[in-house]
Amino acid sequence: MSEKIIQMENVNKWFDDFHVLKDINLDVESKQKIVVCGPSGSGKSTLIRCINRLEEHQKGNIIVDGTELSENTKNIEKIRAEVGMVFQQFNLFPHLSILDNCTLAPIWVKKMSKKDAEELAMKQLEQVQIPDQAKKFPGQLSGGQQQRCAIARALCMQPKIMLFDEPTSALDPEMIKEVLDAMVNLAKGGMTMIVVTHEMGFAKEVADEVIFMDEGIIVEKQPTKDFFAHPKSDRTKLFLSQIL
Amino acid sequence: MNKINFLKPDNKNLPLFLFIGSLFILLSILDFSLNNFFDRNITYFLPRFVSIFTPLIFGIIGFHLIRIEFSGIKKLDLLNKNINTSNFNAALSLFIIFLLIFCVPPLLNWFIFDANISGNTKEACTGSGACWVYIKVWFNRFMYGMYPNTEQWRINLSFTVVLAFAGMGFFMPTMYKKYLTLYYTIFLPIISFFLIYYLISGGSFGLVWVETGAWGGLSLTFIVSFFCLIFCFPIGMMLALGRRSNLPTVKYSSLGFIEFWRGVPLITVLFMSAVMFPMFLPDGTYMDKLIRVIIAITLFEAAYVAEVIRGGLQALPRGQYDAAKSLGMGYWKLHLLVILPQALKLVIPGIANTFLALVKDTPLIFVVGLLELAGMLGLAKTNPEWLGFSMEGYVFAAIIFWIICYSMSRYSQNLELKYKTER
Repeated sequence: MSEKIIQMENVNKWFDDFHVLKDINLDVESKQKIVVCGPSGSGKSTLIRCINRLEEHQKGNIIVDGTELSENTKNIEKIRAEVGMVFQQFNLFPHLSILDNCTLAPIWVKKMSKKDAEELAMKQLEQVQIPDQAKKFPGQLSGGQQQRCAIARALCMQPKIMLFDEPTSALDPEMIKEVLDAMVNLAKGGMTMIVVTHEMGFAKEVADEVIFMDEGIIVEKQPTKDFFAHPKSDRTKLFLSQIL
Repeated sequence: MNKINFLKPDNKNLPLFLFIGSLFILLSILDFSLNNFFDRNITYFLPRFVSIFTPLIFGIIGFHLIRIEFSGIKKLDLLNKNINTSNFNAALSLFIIFLLIFCVPPLLNWFIFDANISGNTKEACTGSGACWVYIKVWFNRFMYGMYPNTEQWRINLSFTVVLAFAGMGFFMPTMYKKYLTLYYTIFLPIISFFLIYYLISGGSFGLVWVETGAWGGLSLTFIVSFFCLIFCFPIGMMLALGRRSNLPTVKYSSLGFIEFWRGVPLITVLFMSAVMFPMFLPDGTYMDKLIRVIIAITLFEAAYVAEVIRGGLQALPRGQYDAAKSLGMGYWKLHLLVILPQALKLVIPGIANTFLALVKDTPLIFVVGLLELAGMLGLAKTNPEWLGFSMEGYVFAAIIFWIICYSMSRYSQNLELKYKTER
């Protein structure tokens, strides 16, 4: 067994009175690929945003790569540099070119030299097959290309964990495949990944485990094959019958 | 040529309609001009209330007759598409033409044809138009205030040097381009300050000391505006960030500061800086009133700039913050590298607006006895030798201020275009 890279114990979170996450317990091992699914409003996005503290949890412990998430800002910045994240809305920086989007954080956060950062960025852009777009600006790219650039940008920080928050939900059907291909490649490379998605084909192909969430609770957590073949709870069965 | 329907102009009889229509329009303009300039009414035979409106009626008939779609004549089609689309639009256009005929010639007469420019005394002004002699005689004072005539080269030299240094920024080699902001926000103000302190103020290096009370005119407008513009921007930026900070002390002190300065009129602030502020200083210390005034205006405008920039910060989607944070950027990196470059671009029009207002607020420093361009006008018009020429003075000041403000406005539009990116 490999080491546990993320440990969540009794994590609770409230938005004012609304209880979003209820006693979440989740361990992720290094190089594991986990897909999180569930109806909207079930807290799946909040769950992964808690892992790099874009959202604050109010109760419980989250330990990422041996560092506990707390008020300590130095720790938070250290963890964020190790955890890459890809968003539904891409969130590229529109005032910078694709290449500058990728090199900004390595240069300023990791203190890499400009030359090294650019080399690394070009390598990552080749991985997602858009090296020819490097000089363009985000506004000039298609949605699929933008999302692949966002993946490359996150990878340029050489993270240990990648979080994906519904990476294909804002894309045209035709562009979903090119983004999923990039993600499958990444999974084959041995990255630890937590993916919130409704793409069940992707889940079947790469996930080690699938988590089903509803109303802030992890309803079901099973290895991929079992999850699709023998879902335990009725809620999961209902969800799967609607989505497949 | 039978059956020409004059109510519905068409393409077939184009030359005929064009001829009659143009004739009517000419007639209408002629009628109005004769009425206006020579008191001749060519339609005197009509009842009075009809003859008043004859120019308009002739004009509308004329425009109606030339309103022919797809005539094939480029200029006519352009005219019909843009200002002659309906009788109402034709009437509006005519109205504007009449207004121009009514206003422009008298203005031109006042400005140029009846104006006097030669001579050096009040007696030289014999025409009924503007007396530019007045401006000519006082020009030196309007530019330099009470600054001694023999020392004015010092102001000229300082301004030339500052302009040269500012211009150097444009020709900087590419490899130093990243220091450009630093150059303009820190290096240039320091140079300007030393120039003003040693050269314009004097007192050392064998230069005669000229007290700030004697400074004035357009050069003082420039000095005050320059320093206020340069300092209020970074202060405003800090205040805007402070107001959105999570730290309660920073947040509420910024909020209090902004609301305080936005809540008081500039003229009171200037009074306070002149009268109240020295009382708080320990005995024996003295701060020049020009510096006090510059600080007062800077803080006052910084509050406005802060609110404008805050608008830009709020317009950015939350995803930009999330993305920057997820890459491990701390507060300052996040703001300096990601948020501010985008937010400032959004607020260029608002900032330009505030800066224009600042330049036009500078005349208010007369309340502490500093007389810049408009203040010198006020002084000159009460001179017993030159009573009764305030009109020329104010027109002159208006033109100067307009030139300054219009160039600033054009520059801001230029910046907007330069930094335009697709989202």
